[in-house]
Amino acid sequence: MPASGPAGVPTKITQGAQAAGGIGESTLRPDGILKVTGEFAYSSDLWHEDMLWGHLLRSTVAHAEIVSIDVSEALALPGVHAVLTYDDLPTGVRTYGLEIQDTPVLAHGKVRHHGEPVAAVAADHPETARRAAARIRVEYRELPVITDESSATAPGAVLVHEGRTDHYAPYVTHPNILHRQPIVRGDAAAAAGRADVIVRGEYTFGMQDQAFLGPESGLAVPEEDGGVHLYIATQWLHSDLRQIAPVLGLPEDKVRMTLAGVGGAFGGREDLSMQIQACLLALRTGRPVKIVYDRFESFFGHVHRHPAKLTYEHGATRDGLLTHVKCRIVLDGGAYASASPAVVGNAASLGIGPYNVGDVDIEALALYTNNPPCGAMRGFGAVQACFAYEAQMDKLAKELGLDPVEFRQRNAMEQGSTLPTGQVVDSPAPVAELLRRVKAMPMPPERQWESSEGADVRQLPGGLCNTTHGEGVVRGVGYAVGIKNVGFSEGFDDYSTARVRMEVVAGEPVAVVHTAMAEVGQGGVTVHAQIARTELGVEKVTIQPADTRVGSAGSTSASRQTYVTGGAVRNACALVREKVLEIGRRKFGTYHPAWATAELLLERGKVVTDGGEVLAGLADVLEGESVEIEREWRHRPTQPFDRLTGQGNGHVQYSFAAHRAVVEVDTELGLVKVVELACAQDVGKALNPLSVLGQIQGGTVQGLGVAVMEEILVDPVTAKVRNPSFTDYLIPTILDTPTIPVDVLELADHHAPYGLRGVGEAPTLSSTPAVLAAVRAATGLELNRTPVRPEHLTGTA
Amino acid sequence: MEFLRPASWQEALAAKAEHPTAVPIAGGTDVMVEINFDHRRPTHLLDLTRIGELTEWETGTDSVRLGASVPYARIMRHLRAELPGLALAAHTVASPQIRNRGGVGGNLGTASPAGDAHPALLAAGAEVEAESAARGTRLIPVDTFYTGVKRNALEPDELIRAVRIARADGPQQYSKVGTRNAMVIAVCAFGLALHPETRTVRTGIGSAAPTPIRAEVAEQFLNSALEEGGFWESGQIIAPSAVKQFATLCAAACNPIDDVRGTAGYRRHAIGVLARRTLMWAWESYRGGHRVTEGAA
Repeated sequence: MPASGPAGVPTKITQGAQAAGGIGESTLRPDGILKVTGEFAYSSDLWHEDMLWGHLLRSTVAHAEIVSIDVSEALALPGVHAVLTYDDLPTGVRTYGLEIQDTPVLAHGKVRHHGEPVAAVAADHPETARRAAARIRVEYRELPVITDESSATAPGAVLVHEGRTDHYAPYVTHPNILHRQPIVRGDAAAAAGRADVIVRGEYTFGMQDQAFLGPESGLAVPEEDGGVHLYIATQWLHSDLRQIAPVLGLPEDKVRMTLAGVGGAFGGREDLSMQIQACLLALRTGRPVKIVYDRFESFFGHVHRHPAKLTYEHGATRDGLLTHVKCRIVLDGGAYASASPAVVGNAASLGIGPYNVGDVDIEALALYTNNPPCGAMRGFGAVQACFAYEAQMDKLAKELGLDPVEFRQRNAMEQGSTLPTGQVVDSPAPVAELLRRVKAMPMPPERQWESSEGADVRQLPGGLCNTTHGEGVVRGVGYAVGIKNVGFSEGFDDYSTARVRMEVVAGEPVAVVHTAMAEVGQGGVTVHAQIARTELGVEKVTIQPADTRVGSAGSTSASRQTYVTGGAVRNACALVREKVLEIGRRKFGTYHPAWATAELLLERGKVVTDGGEVLAGLADVLEGESVEIEREWRHRPTQPFDRLTGQGNGHVQYSFAAHRAVVEVDTELGLVKVVELACAQDVGKALNPLSVLGQIQGGTVQGLGVAVMEEILVDPVTAKVRNPSFTDYLIPTILDTPTIPVDVLELADHHAPYGLRGVGEAPTLSSTPAVLAAVRAATGLELNRTPVRPEHLTGTA
Repeated sequence: MEFLRPASWQEALAAKAEHPTAVPIAGGTDVMVEINFDHRRPTHLLDLTRIGELTEWETGTDSVRLGASVPYARIMRHLRAELPGLALAAHTVASPQIRNRGGVGGNLGTASPAGDAHPALLAAGAEVEAESAARGTRLIPVDTFYTGVKRNALEPDELIRAVRIARADGPQQYSKVGTRNAMVIAVCAFGLALHPETRTVRTGIGSAAPTPIRAEVAEQFLNSALEEGGFWESGQIIAPSAVKQFATLCAAACNPIDDVRGTAGYRRHAIGVLARRTLMWAWESYRGGHRVTEGAA
């Protein structure tokens, strides 16, 4: 039977009464209506008088030596202002990268993947720039392509990167292995001897694209001091800045960056895209330069989710307790490192899921290949592992004759459990409870397509394509649960910075919040305003545009921004509050003894005592003065994983979600309709319940996408991308999106601001395996790969 | 790229005669995609949107003369009784926005094997009304219209004025397989029409051969089986073995390829399933059973 849920821990708001528009309320997003009505200004809408248009020439082959590049015909085209190749780069720093600087700004001597930038053109019209790029003559001498583990590590294999000097190189067994992380705890081999049942499986995870709405774009404006101002859609302004400035040969204070309207990210904007090339072209021509990718180029312009091969062995005793897990996770990192090492760390450390297993033997690694570079995407290594370990859990449950939910609950981790890394989970981990909740939700009615008018095809697999009126349709139900870390791990100094000012404007107290946090659609600016209202007792909050005039906010990724930049805003607000009270004491302290003796709060524009007595209006306190504080804020430090054993307190916080998928499969045609995807997730504290719901539903749909349709297909012989368009890379439409009932738990993590838990990624993990489990239940097929296509369900692959 | 905007049909024909490489554009749902992807850079675009008669249709005794630019949304709404197969096909086209722009003329002009209208036109029986300034109007039977992958029987100086589609004299069905529930290019598609007046069954297959095709051997088999068994008169249930054989022959008519949207093996398999199901639905409807299911708009 499921354990009863941990007791809910009420979350204390730090100061004052519940503020109107404060935390816990579903205040509406300032960008919502603009986006729905098409009026929001995205980075692709940037415009500047006299601006030029940049365009990148990309390689047509995956792996080749560049014999020669001839730009003369491109330069001769009227309207062309500059053509840059590697030889035109202004300094010795000609590569960039998030962790390992292995990515050329423009290809040098070699291209390592299909679509790698080779030259950059600026012209007075985007069409002219494209035509000029087409006139650049590049002679390639093709090299053998490395496409998977066997070709990467074969004797005599071509090295994707020769002469590696990165800090992982000394520890890998082959130079085409970028990074490898074992995690060993207990003795899995010995524990296997105690197992009554052992199941094994090999799993394949396809390459998923972030498929964000707004293609890569930005505008670089040269400035009078020789610097440049870049308006850009990114996930982390300061990380971009750190990579851009040295290539330009400029100090960081001469590269100013302002966040432009971001049309989604999901990890795909952690790496640079056109930032450096736009700046180079602007500095070269002395004119503003805008670059906008079209959708085709966008598929080559950002990293994707790592495709993976995963091999698992699970054992259990007859009474349904896991004995051991052995697994090997091979991630295809593609041609450049991007975030691969950190993805490896996640895949390894979260490789067995939210279960108690004392004896584990895990190995995760990322390959260098000539496939498209892969890096960050929502779920970040934990997604691939969850797909595999949850399939294994179902297999084991079946072998043991146990209900799959009950089997998971028997092995579910909880607060106080120890992970394979040796880290003890020191905040709520309601894994069994989340499973109980999704299982307890009412089931959607059977045969919803039946009506008095005949079959309503919209309720059937195939939808309006009218492929079945009920023939061949079988329902299946599947469950899955996952574990995701929150924040940057493995010893990274994961801080954020907030600047908060309080002043009086038109007789009213106003809080001004300035951070460099990239609002990519997650709703961070909404949450910052809520925090400021709660902490400062004001109604009016101004959120300044994100730019590099304030310190780094860290990345909008890893489910971390509400935790870390939210924490920084809260901290700065608290410091501002103290200063405001100091001013109050100075100005009015003699009028009332409570100024000196009581605990003072800011509520509804006033200073009040904890007993509720009003001492002064904030407008009076701040008249003629303002308070401003900028501070960095850090969560608890983490540690690197030991290179050999993987032991270490590597993660900040964990986030859990569970799904129940109900699908209907046309078993003859292999078409799947996901009828419902119920989710239960612990969010610690929902600062904005509506945004939390949006995150959970969005993550759920992104997981559904890679379960049944989303995959970048790469030709195994040429390593070229076969479907770089939304015509052939399919993402779910609203007709593919099921009902998503959500049950939100709020069990506070006392280490985190307001007890909150990062929300954005966990639902992406368990959604995919839940759908796969349901399809397996409907079809009886093993289905060891995702996405599952009609061919796999009909024996016609 | 020059943009020609004729104000009348005659002007359009003259422009096409003068610029035979001009690409006609109406809804733009195919042409603009090709231009945006840089797959095509025509010297001239011939805009047909000012020619009102292309968006009109006339319903005659035996056929509907459907203007080349009548949008799919209007076919769905107004021609369900006369052209049920095409109306069903129109339902499966892309999204509401695209169905408001795109029309059958564009599908025929592009002549992609994946065009959604083709199987319905083949099954219903249709003639393409092509016209040139020099030679006037000619009617091209749709069976001979598709001449290769994205090639058709039009001469360089011809434009599609309309399609003449036989009015339904019996139940029609249309099914399309895509890997999501909307906004999807066909992996394969199947159209079927019962013609009680001629006691024939016609079919159309999309995306499973270099061109849209009919499954002629399957049609002949079924026509004989229905005739010999007196099924048209009796309205009896067709024996499962006959339905199965029809499905097998439809699958055998395919000549598909493996591509990013599906394997050849899957396409052949799926056409067999669709042939069986659409025949059952249409025949059930013919027998006076329940209504044809068309789904909601």
